[in-house]
Amino acid sequence: MSKAATTAKKAPLKNRWEAYWERNKKSEGYLFQKSCKSAAVKVCRAIMLFGMCFMILQPLLNKISISFMEEQDLYNAMVISIPEHFTTANYQLTAYLTNYATAFRNTFVISLTIAIVQVGMSTLVGYGFARFNFPLKNFWFACVILTVVIPTQAISTSLYLHFRFFDIFGIIELLTGEALNLRGSVLPYYLMSVTCMGLKNGLYIYLIRQFFRNIPKELEEAAYVDGCGTLKTFIRIMLPDAKPILTSCFLFSFVWQWTDSFYSKTFLGNTSLLSVELSRLGDRLMQYIQIDLRNAAGASVGYTNCIVATGTLMVVVPLLVLYLFAQKGFVESLSSSGIKM
Amino acid sequence: MKKQKNKLAGLQKRKAIAGYIFILPFIIGFLGFMVKPFVHSLYMSFCDVEVTPNGPINHFIGLDNYARTFLRDVQFNQLLTDELGRMVINALAIMVFSFFVALVLNQKFKGRALVRAIFFLPVILSSGVILGVEYDNTLLAALQDTIQESTGVSGISDIVKEILVTAGVGVKPFEIVFDIVDGIYDVAIASGIQIIIFLSGLQTISESMYEAAAIEGCTAWESLWKITFPMISSLFLVNMIYTIVDFSMRTDNEVMDRITFVMTVSLEYGFSSAMAWSYFAIVIAIIGLVSLIISKGVYYYE
Repeated sequence: MSKAATTAKKAPLKNRWEAYWERNKKSEGYLFQKSCKSAAVKVCRAIMLFGMCFMILQPLLNKISISFMEEQDLYNAMVISIPEHFTTANYQLTAYLTNYATAFRNTFVISLTIAIVQVGMSTLVGYGFARFNFPLKNFWFACVILTVVIPTQAISTSLYLHFRFFDIFGIIELLTGEALNLRGSVLPYYLMSVTCMGLKNGLYIYLIRQFFRNIPKELEEAAYVDGCGTLKTFIRIMLPDAKPILTSCFLFSFVWQWTDSFYSKTFLGNTSLLSVELSRLGDRLMQYIQIDLRNAAGASVGYTNCIVATGTLMVVVPLLVLYLFAQKGFVESLSSSGIKM
Repeated sequence: MKKQKNKLAGLQKRKAIAGYIFILPFIIGFLGFMVKPFVHSLYMSFCDVEVTPNGPINHFIGLDNYARTFLRDVQFNQLLTDELGRMVINALAIMVFSFFVALVLNQKFKGRALVRAIFFLPVILSSGVILGVEYDNTLLAALQDTIQESTGVSGISDIVKEILVTAGVGVKPFEIVFDIVDGIYDVAIASGIQIIIFLSGLQTISESMYEAAAIEGCTAWESLWKITFPMISSLFLVNMIYTIVDFSMRTDNEVMDRITFVMTVSLEYGFSSAMAWSYFAIVIAIIGLVSLIISKGVYYYE
């Protein structure tokens, strides 16, 4: 029975093979040549893609294996990727040093709210630029591009002072006698996000504008004829269409905010955030070993690296999980919406 | 007739007002958090800033901060040339790499979704502080070098390099190429967004163009140069600018480190503003130059 089944399966294959040769002969070897070529291309492509994927993933895999090793494994030449003494102590120590629970909560809340505010505001502005004609429009859009191009660092010095001695046209100084010190609180950063000056905000405005520009004008006119006002058209007609690009921007904003250290250090200095804690981790470890454990030699290079790798993993893993679930939102929606420049 | 015209003008006016209301947040932010600090920082770069409890006091000292930046500061010129050199080489490598990868990822093959997901992973992995942490481990890199030397194991690229360099044909270009090959990880990890932009461009090219070309007897190689390249040439400009901006603002950029250090640790606001402005002016000049060169070759369809 089974033999019959296999021959039945084989027969069409053989027939196909013969038919293939028949066709090949008719085309004077061209068909065979062509399929050989395409097979070769496929193999080369597969090898190359595998190599590059491995190259991108390798540091991550390496970090994962290191983070489970004990200190002696790091210096053992026999141990390469699978730890001999499996341990989770590195994670406990890192969590203790970075104040993980608090930092995680702070980072999550700030990234989430900032991302929502940024995307919301960018949507309004991007829509304004895409669908309305008003005087000086090109000038203002050039300003948007300018905010993307200007390194924030160039103005960070004076922004720093601006918030250190915050005042709106001298009103606050009149009322209380001295300027407000907003540095160290979360407020300045939210103010900047609300007014589209946050991290990479210009980029989101640009992307969202490009998207809205591609929506046909007839849609808007139809809504207008049917009695929708400007605001209603925007909310009822345009926003539901823009979901993919908005998710993309939201995810990017969330992720970049999560890992950003420049804005966090400058404006959110007193809040414990994962990115800031991570950049301090090496020094923390040294301190911990020298002072708490009374070991004057401090941490060895390998061990510091191990702890930093663990810390990086702990910062990245939530993002990786997010990426796993929302991969489509990150990539496909952006690449398939076809941004026209 | 006249009445209708008036009504149109009224509608246009209403639309203009609505448009302004939509972009109002940006205007406020731009004036408040961009223009003001911008002008202020420009002014500060000509001053010696003294921070007092009642606010900063600016003593005007003319161009002295700039003179200090370029003529007297030991590190700035060195760091600047290093960074710019790195930027030029890396930007070119990133453009070629991302264009190539986008071409491959645009083809249909099994497991494409997975490969795409992996290639865009760097968008997460190379952002912000994580990149900085990777580069901070100079000590570890030194350790690795000693290990490599003592064990005598060297990578393939080292061996090839030795052969080619001892052959003595044009040593300098080879060194640049090998630097790029050694740094391919940096290039791959910096080109996530660029790949997305190229990919989105590739998807707007209609399939029928390739079909028509194939019927006319165009090979794939020819249609790459005659169709694909011109159709997404405008994206080269966008990507190049993005790459330069991204590179000049990265967390591991040494010039930026120096500026931040002078500002937050030595508290010399005037001097750090002058450095930031010089750096900014140079980056803008480069962007202008690059866009001038590339826009000559850009082909606009439509």
